[in-house]
Amino acid sequence: MLNQLAALSLPTRSLAEGVQIVTLVILGLMMLGAALGVVLLPSIVYSAFLLGGVFISIAGLYILLNAGFVAAAQVLIYVGAVTVLILFAIMLVNKQQDFAPVANAWIRKGAAALVCLGLFALLSTMIVATPWSLWTGPIAGDNAIVVIGLHFFSDFLLPFELVSVLLLMALIGAIVLARREFLPEDRLVQQQGDAALTLPERPRETAALTGSTTPRP
Amino acid sequence: MDSGIDLQGSFIQALMDLGLPADLAKVIWIPLPMLLIIATATFLALVSTWLERKISAAAQQRVGPEYMGPLGMLVPVADVIKLLIKEDVMPAKTDPWLYTLGPILVFTPVFLSYLIVPFGQHLIITDLGIGIFLWISLSSVVPIGLLMAGYSSNNKYSLLGGLRAAAQSISYEIPLALSVLAIVMMSNSLSTIDIVQQQSGYGILGWNIWRQPVGFVIFWIAALAECERLPFDLPEAEEELVAGYQTEYGAIRFMLFYAGSYVNLILSSLMVAVLYLGGWEFPIPVGVIADWLGISETTPWLQIVTATLGITMTLLKAYFLLFLTILLRWTVPRVRIDQLLDLGWKFLLPVSLVNLLLTAGLKLALPFAFGG
Repeated sequence: MLNQLAALSLPTRSLAEGVQIVTLVILGLMMLGAALGVVLLPSIVYSAFLLGGVFISIAGLYILLNAGFVAAAQVLIYVGAVTVLILFAIMLVNKQQDFAPVANAWIRKGAAALVCLGLFALLSTMIVATPWSLWTGPIAGDNAIVVIGLHFFSDFLLPFELVSVLLLMALIGAIVLARREFLPEDRLVQQQGDAALTLPERPRETAALTGSTTPRP
Repeated sequence: MDSGIDLQGSFIQALMDLGLPADLAKVIWIPLPMLLIIATATFLALVSTWLERKISAAAQQRVGPEYMGPLGMLVPVADVIKLLIKEDVMPAKTDPWLYTLGPILVFTPVFLSYLIVPFGQHLIITDLGIGIFLWISLSSVVPIGLLMAGYSSNNKYSLLGGLRAAAQSISYEIPLALSVLAIVMMSNSLSTIDIVQQQSGYGILGWNIWRQPVGFVIFWIAALAECERLPFDLPEAEEELVAGYQTEYGAIRFMLFYAGSYVNLILSSLMVAVLYLGGWEFPIPVGVIADWLGISETTPWLQIVTATLGITMTLLKAYFLLFLTILLRWTVPRVRIDQLLDLGWKFLLPVSLVNLLLTAGLKLALPFAFGG
């Protein structure tokens, strides 16, 4: 059976390679087009949807590189979570607001374009100049999950744990932000003396742990 | 254990025997399973809409569809024809691009997920190494389509429905993935074939539902929520939101949503069957029966019988679960959005985490039973 498969796969190599090149070109064009759309389109909702397109194209590139697990993880996390979160944020605060045209806006745009081009040139020279060490061993393929897991718990243990700490910090921060109780408008006037960077909110009951809560006004 | 029918191998071999080059034979093979699976998924969804009507009618002591074909079986066909020839209206001030793309984004991932549904040892489109993970990651694309449809319809009900649908899918995806993870931990593989293999050998006693009862319940609830079935059909709650994100849709675009929801329901039922109810396995192992009757496992006709039995068993299990969802639909009332999110984040998530931890502990303590 294996011999048959090997015999089958030999003449198909040219076909497979052709399909791969065509797919690579299509995915690359998709990714570049969507990424340019994210930056250049005036509508922020379109930008967010196109960002999802960019992530999907990157997932396609991973599949072409035989990294199926990374591709699926990319779709799950970047498309399924990050893009949806961005869209949520946009749609919950969607103010249909036309911005007043700024005088001499082309100076800003030109400056931004210059900086981007400079960054692009810098990165391209870095990519071309760096002597990349190519992996010559066998390709993990479907076995990649096991390899990734082994790396996580051996030589990449520290970054792995640091990322989890970072996520925990983000989680606690989100809860602290979300649990804030805003004061009603009429009491806002009394609190003007506060520091500039704090939002008006009810003072937290730090005494709750000791059991002696002060009665609320 | 490599018995069974290898359709791909024999098909390509047959074409090569006819004198075609191997290259061409493979190219001819490639579209066949795709077309087959699209046709099968559509057919299964049509059958489930008919069942929905009939069982709903029985639950309410009505007759249900009766005159269109035997027992009203042609109703789904009439539905499809009606939706296909309806005028395709686009409401004023919609966003034409997003309005068109939304249903497609909801529809496509669901059909793609059928790639990994096994109906037998070799009766699967691709036995991917990432298997079940592909389904989870593809189903996470759906909320984007729902948000797109809700946003582009230029309707407040639609926007609210889309936001609700996305919030619901995101919150129930996590318990779903965690309960799948417990199964994956037991079978040491993400591949759906391996997951069924790990349950085989002891018939009904070996199925994962006995080892993962909590995971089964969590998965079932989360799958219902992902499919927006009735206890959790808030995104399209008629009394509050007209039809949620589908409000402005009609004709063929509505058909994409409608077909997508039923195909997704069948897919979830199939997944429950694969993950917890032994997939294509018969309650008594076929090998044991063959041994009793004194038939060798490599007999050609036995292999055909096994394959047919496998497909039948998978579909039977899936449709049994579908029957349960329809009964649930007429039994339980709809939950509120805060109850829905509370259930997801404050109950299912911790319970599924504990279930995962317990599975890991049992896997270390009893490796013979929990796939150590």
